[in-house]
Amino acid sequence: MSTAPVLPTADPSAMIVIKNLVKEFHGLRAVDNVSLTVARGKVTVIIGPSGSGKSTLLRCINHLEVPTSGDIWVDGIHLTHNAKDINAVRAEVGMVFQQFNLFPHLTALQNVMLAQCVVRKRSEAEAREIAMQQLTRVGIPEKANAYPSQLSGGQQQRVAIARALAMNPKIMLFDEPTSALDPEMIKEVLDVMLELAGSGMTMVVVTHEMGFARNAADEVVFMDRGRIIEQGPPEIFFQQPREARTRAFLSQILR
Amino acid sequence: MSLSTERLPASEQSLAGRFVDRAAQWPWWLLVIVLGGVLIAWNALTSELYSAIFSRLTLGIGVTVFTTLVAYSLALVIGLLAGLGRVSTNPVVFNLATLYVQVIRGVPILVQLLVIAFVIVPLLIDGVNSLGMLLAPLLGAQNFLSQVRPPDVPFLTRCIIALAIAYGGFQAETFRAGIQSISRGQMEAARSLGMSYLQAMRYIILPQAIRRVLPPLGNDFVAMLKDSSLVSVLGVRDITQEARLYAAASFRYMETYLSLAFFYLAMTIVLSLGVKWVESRLNSHGRGQG
Repeated sequence: MSTAPVLPTADPSAMIVIKNLVKEFHGLRAVDNVSLTVARGKVTVIIGPSGSGKSTLLRCINHLEVPTSGDIWVDGIHLTHNAKDINAVRAEVGMVFQQFNLFPHLTALQNVMLAQCVVRKRSEAEAREIAMQQLTRVGIPEKANAYPSQLSGGQQQRVAIARALAMNPKIMLFDEPTSALDPEMIKEVLDVMLELAGSGMTMVVVTHEMGFARNAADEVVFMDRGRIIEQGPPEIFFQQPREARTRAFLSQILR
Repeated sequence: MSLSTERLPASEQSLAGRFVDRAAQWPWWLLVIVLGGVLIAWNALTSELYSAIFSRLTLGIGVTVFTTLVAYSLALVIGLLAGLGRVSTNPVVFNLATLYVQVIRGVPILVQLLVIAFVIVPLLIDGVNSLGMLLAPLLGAQNFLSQVRPPDVPFLTRCIIALAIAYGGFQAETFRAGIQSISRGQMEAARSLGMSYLQAMRYIILPQAIRRVLPPLGNDFVAMLKDSSLVSVLGVRDITQEARLYAAASFRYMETYLSLAFFYLAMTIVLSLGVKWVESRLNSHGRGQG
């Protein structure tokens, strides 16, 4: 038995601590020795070209990808591959996917209720009440009894956000939440995310929406080829990027 | 059907042409079957020989239906468990399930029936007896385990076990295909909400997968009804066995076996319609298509 690595920071404001994280796929390094601290109640936006490892990094935080090496602490708890611990941590870490991944055989309401009942062991009445609160929060209580196939992409993504929020997570992870949406639906999802950011939720967002990064981020992280190239508050990051690669990337997406 | 793309607008067609077109759409095959059925039913009512054959075959219907229902239900359970094993990441579970499926699918059902009835069940009985001897100090020398004898496991039971194991192997692959057809994102979404693997299977993956595999499972049900005729080889008195006994005693092979075929055809057609009805009902309830 090896002893659990000690949390490398005593700072109580650190919600997620990632240290020397490596994730390899068949010998290819998707995440290459990344260390990152996400502060409690702050919004961290990860940007970078496709294939830069930002989604993989995000998916390591709730062990949808098992890291090859390195350590992650979520709210002071060290992630190991012990199934029970992982399930407990995952219940505290909400995740929103690019492809929504709503459960197509359940209504919007049932989508938001199910994990509350199964994982949080809430009564059906309580779960229903919380589900309706969350659906109201994301602006579509009237779609509670619709099936995902009857909803637009933007509505589906908002249900997915409500589903994650209903678990009362400490952290919300967003994996390119607007990339699969038609342009006119992007705003309704970003508005929900902005409201959430304003409410003090700890958020880690992988996105190509630079407007969101400018307005909502407390910290912007730029990744390329599996490494963090540069990070900082958005006003500095966007105005005075230090690294040449950051400038090259920004000049390509900000015209 | 293939003509439909070349069809002219109705207004430009002759009356005869339209009639031919319409007639091509009718289910003539059903008409032939119904006529054959009427002919045989007519015989059953008017001919003494056919009515004797029919009443004899009717004796076996109970066994045929019972065998089909019980073996199919067991096969569903075995198939679901083995199918879950086939998608398991646990190497022991995966290999056991794969071994089972490969062996079952590589051996004819008739041979499996013989092996299970005459090899495996006797071995199991020996095993139970040995266990009884082993536990004699605890349960007494005359305990029920050591008293099990081959006749205690009738051939009907052995046949049902064999059919269930055989069909379980095929259904395992059906369930596996159904589970693997559900997108990875569904499992990830469920796990990201804190559900365990088994909870995600139960609440998210299986409800969707099972809906998808209902058509092949329905076909298996009909196939099981037909394959239940194999039990006659072991002397179990289903309708096939009754027919064989009657034909052998009366030398009326043609009349008996035609009637037997008619019995199966009537049952499978009714069953197919039933399966279709169940499927359409379930489809109208489940809107999801994920």
